[in-house]
Amino acid sequence: MPGRDRRELAAILAGGAIGALVRVGLLQTGAAGAPSWPWITFAVNILGAFMLGYFATRLQERLPLSAYRRPLLGTGFCGALTTFSTVQVELLKMLDAHRYVLAVAYAGSSIVLGYASLHLATAFVRRVRAVA
Amino acid sequence: MSPAVWLGVAALGGVGALLRFFVDGVIAARAEGEFPIGTFVVNVTGAATLGLLAGLALTGDALVLAGTALLGSYTTFSTWMLETQRLVEEGALLTAAANALVSLGVGLGAAALGRLIGAHL
Repeated sequence: MPGRDRRELAAILAGGAIGALVRVGLLQTGAAGAPSWPWITFAVNILGAFMLGYFATRLQERLPLSAYRRPLLGTGFCGALTTFSTVQVELLKMLDAHRYVLAVAYAGSSIVLGYASLHLATAFVRRVRAVA
Repeated sequence: MSPAVWLGVAALGGVGALLRFFVDGVIAARAEGEFPIGTFVVNVTGAATLGLLAGLALTGDALVLAGTALLGSYTTFSTWMLETQRLVEEGALLTAAANALVSLGVGLGAAALGRLIGAHL
């Protein structure tokens, strides 16, 4: 396997490990119980979407192509910090408890705010470039 | 959690991200069209598997390692949003809306199905 590939895979592994540690570490602070608003999952997803918007735009459009930054920060860290599967199981628990309004609000606001934060980060990077 | 479990979280978190990279690469290489099918397959299979673990009533360190660390890292919210936003920028509004809504609907269904299967195993 060529050196660049191995470096790319190592970067994904390292970024993924750090992203998972941060997410699990934050989740350890929360208590499990009746289904309520999953603040930790919600926050890491919105924040991770913002960071990926920033990294993806900056690395693709501003900095010279790098063999390991995008896999480390994007695929590894942001990909692992944020999660889709946990959201689905959280939604199932809300539906089990007949908390339909909560489920719709959680799913809807995650998508709307995740999208908006990624869009904002992208626009911010491009504006800095336009000024510079 | 013990230091060994934290070490496991780091290792499985890294493995989950690598697994996502490989599955996405294999699916995307075979796919045609603009729908980001690679991330879709990753997220739906991950949601189904996490549902399965919930159905098996996995708890404690085992759930943290296999569920939160491995499957949490394997699936991704940020890339799902990035691909949706880039589709909007390219003017592919229908595909973008489909990516947002179909992923959510199929993901939820997959998690429910996985949980049902897990509960009967």
